Amino acid sequence: MRDVAIIGIGMTDFGELWHDSLRDLFVKAALAAMDDAGIAHLDSMYVGCMTPGLFTGQEHIGSLLADYLGQAPVPATRVESACASGGLALRCGFFEVASGASDLVLCGGVEKMTDVSGGRATYALATAADQDYESFHGVTFPGLYAMIASAHMAKYGTKREDLARVAVKNHANGLLNPHAQYRMPVTVEQVLSSVKVADPLNILDCSPITDGAAAVILCPADKAKKLAKGRAVKILASAHATDTIALHQREDLTWLKSTAVAAEKAYKMAGLKPADVDFAEVHDCFTIAEICVTEALGVVKRGKGGEAVRSGYTARDGKFPVNPSGGLKSKGHPVGATGIAQVHEVVTQLRGEAGKRQLKKARRGLTQNMGGSGGSAVVHILEVMR
Amino acid sequence: MITPPVVRRNTPQRYRLEANKCAKCGKVFFPPRLVCDACRGRKFAPVTLADTGKVVACTVIRTPPTGFSDLSPYCMGIVELKGGTRIQCQIADCEPERVKIGLPVTLEFRRVQEDGESGVLAYAYKAVPAR
Amino acid sequence: MAGIVGYGAYIPRYRIRVEEIAKVWGADAPSYKKGLMLREKSVPAPDQDTITIAVEAAKNALKRAAIPPAKIGAVYVGSESHPYAVKPTGTAVAEAIGAIPDCHCADLEFACKAGSESMFIAFSHVKSGEMEYAMGIGADTSQGAPGDALEYSASAGGAAFIMGTKDVVATLDVQYSFMTDTPDFWRREYMHYPRHGGRFTGDLAYFKHVRGGVEGILKKSKMKPKDFRYCVFHQPNGKFPTRMGKELGFTEEQYRAGLLVPTLGNTYSGASPIGLSAILDEAKPGDRILMCSFGSGAGSDAFIFTATARLPKIQGRARKTRDYLDTNPVYLEYGAYTKFRRKILKNVED
Repeated sequence: MRDVAIIGIGMTDFGELWHDSLRDLFVKAALAAMDDAGIAHLDSMYVGCMTPGLFTGQEHIGSLLADYLGQAPVPATRVESACASGGLALRCGFFEVASGASDLVLCGGVEKMTDVSGGRATYALATAADQDYESFHGVTFPGLYAMIASAHMAKYGTKREDLARVAVKNHANGLLNPHAQYRMPVTVEQVLSSVKVADPLNILDCSPITDGAAAVILCPADKAKKLAKGRAVKILASAHATDTIALHQREDLTWLKSTAVAAEKAYKMAGLKPADVDFAEVHDCFTIAEICVTEALGVVKRGKGGEAVRSGYTARDGKFPVNPSGGLKSKGHPVGATGIAQVHEVVTQLRGEAGKRQLKKARRGLTQNMGGSGGSAVVHILEVMR
Repeated sequence: MITPPVVRRNTPQRYRLEANKCAKCGKVFFPPRLVCDACRGRKFAPVTLADTGKVVACTVIRTPPTGFSDLSPYCMGIVELKGGTRIQCQIADCEPERVKIGLPVTLEFRRVQEDGESGVLAYAYKAVPAR
Repeated sequence: MAGIVGYGAYIPRYRIRVEEIAKVWGADAPSYKKGLMLREKSVPAPDQDTITIAVEAAKNALKRAAIPPAKIGAVYVGSESHPYAVKPTGTAVAEAIGAIPDCHCADLEFACKAGSESMFIAFSHVKSGEMEYAMGIGADTSQGAPGDALEYSASAGGAAFIMGTKDVVATLDVQYSFMTDTPDFWRREYMHYPRHGGRFTGDLAYFKHVRGGVEGILKKSKMKPKDFRYCVFHQPNGKFPTRMGKELGFTEEQYRAGLLVPTLGNTYSGASPIGLSAILDEAKPGDRILMCSFGSGAGSDAFIFTATARLPKIQGRARKTRDYLDTNPVYLEYGAYTKFRRKILKNVED
């Protein structure tokens, strides 16, 4: 396999973008990434999108987006793994370049979520859970993560305030991210007194409904230095793992096995230990998710995810910053775009272009993108190219 | 989805808790599976799950999906049935906030969903606090 | 000898008090309570209907009978609130208890008499030897128009009986039916709520037909009121069955056990069957029981049972009727009640 590098990134602002359609969002992000890479044509493209059919009524978006990007007849593939669709799109493109089949591949993600009512959006998202044995009974995604939280609190004594601190930290980070949907600081008290959604989770524990798109351009690492003019980032590892999509069928409700397995494979592929990575962008769709993810990634020990945020370990100025972008929580969560937007942030940090939120130490970064309540997980490790 | 084929296909599970058990390693699956995820065995015997158990995780749903608003707020839980199999369902006939992990429950037959005003009705189990 | 081999009841947990309804309509609660001899009524949760109530009652009956469900040859459900206008309730019940597919099934409707009709037909199958076991159920989530007198009483609940000839817990000794065509209470197709003939529903409907049923079965059996340890009549309110009992020569001692209406309300097709289930919960071997239903339209089914030595062995196998009625009720305000009963006009959810 050839080494693969990222030579261009682009994303739209995240938010309620009433004037932009699904195709507008994608094309804006894709053009930004192509301009950043300084390229005008692609060999191939992959687009992560969870459910354009339910959110906008549009399927067959691979061709649609290639056409509107002015790149038809290139091969264009839509990739779906619920909220991990973006991360998985990157993995597909990674293999296409690594295999030698193509040189210039765009990996993008997009979701247009605000064309439907809140009820329909909730329904669309709930299709990532087991339709017949979870969603049927009236559970929602906040509900599934709330049950994980209830189990984590019972098993490890994680405090309600620890969940709130994840939101406080990520909103503090997102405040400095010009692309973020909710650029506002929040306090523990505000999180605890915000509207209840699914006990113990309140609205400020939840990532929002968001429109947005992000894209990156891949090429073989040996061509990247010249193309990217010193701003290239190498993909050290790409890993993917699955688990039962029904939460109740997992042996340990608090353990995100797909993330743990994908992380283990990624560390092995990169020849690294968790301590060799400087920071991570992780899938904090709900505050409890970040706590469980940091444990599954091996950043902290099992059961210590709450303590990690409480002690400041995962803060932007902590030992291991998590979600310097603001995470899904503050930046927004256009589900199909999220996995690519995470990569966008890591590349920005590795390039040293993160402005006010720039981390001091950013040589290697990790992304963890998760589908459903953890039924799928995609982990990438990126390193700045010298 | 609440359509006639989906309702009918799930009836043995939702009405009677029919599961299956791997003939080789004994692992029980609900709903029944064609291949065992533990030993890859493909031979199974039918079993019926117990209708009593205890809550192992729970939440109160306050922003319900379409079709569930008359019940809101309601409790959702993961229930470990006697015998060890876990299911996910609503915990009804309770004050939702007072449901705690460890609560003993029994399953009752309830109307879970319906396809609008004129479509089919979908029935299944819900847990209620045990007496 | 043919009789009941298993029985079970089910009553939802929610209740509403007469005062709560009366205050909305500016009615005088004390006079309603006194006039109807009724304090509160059961209310089905939004996820309960005649099918769910019938299934739970049937499961309790099956626990007591302890027979393989596949041996049940017929399931009949009497109700005036079948969840579907077209599509049977009985198939859902038979499926849920595992009586399918070798099973005969029918839904019955005869106002409040449909439950005893289902029992009547189930008895016929086992008496004839056509079936080893047959199940009869009466269950309702009764309808009463907002503000109508019926709103104070129309409630929810049901009872199921498995009939057979082996291991009988109460023998069926005599049965008798009495009927005329009398328009005292009805609901036309596509209408939400039933209508009734007001005071006409008393003397010429309820009292005439219950009297006819009871006097007919006493004549047929050559028995007298004092020959019974228990009696239960259709109970649309507390006043009617009490007055009827006294007029026919029965004492409070005899009807007390089966009179659930003061805190249950009128469960329509379930009313006299649930009363019978409460009697069977406490009856002793040799006790003779008289049951007489009433259904508007109008008619009555009367039965005479005798408890056998087996009854005490099965009484504790399932939850008792009084336990459902008396334990942990949850009282609703009128707003929640109207939501539960779907009396609020809403937008179609999006």
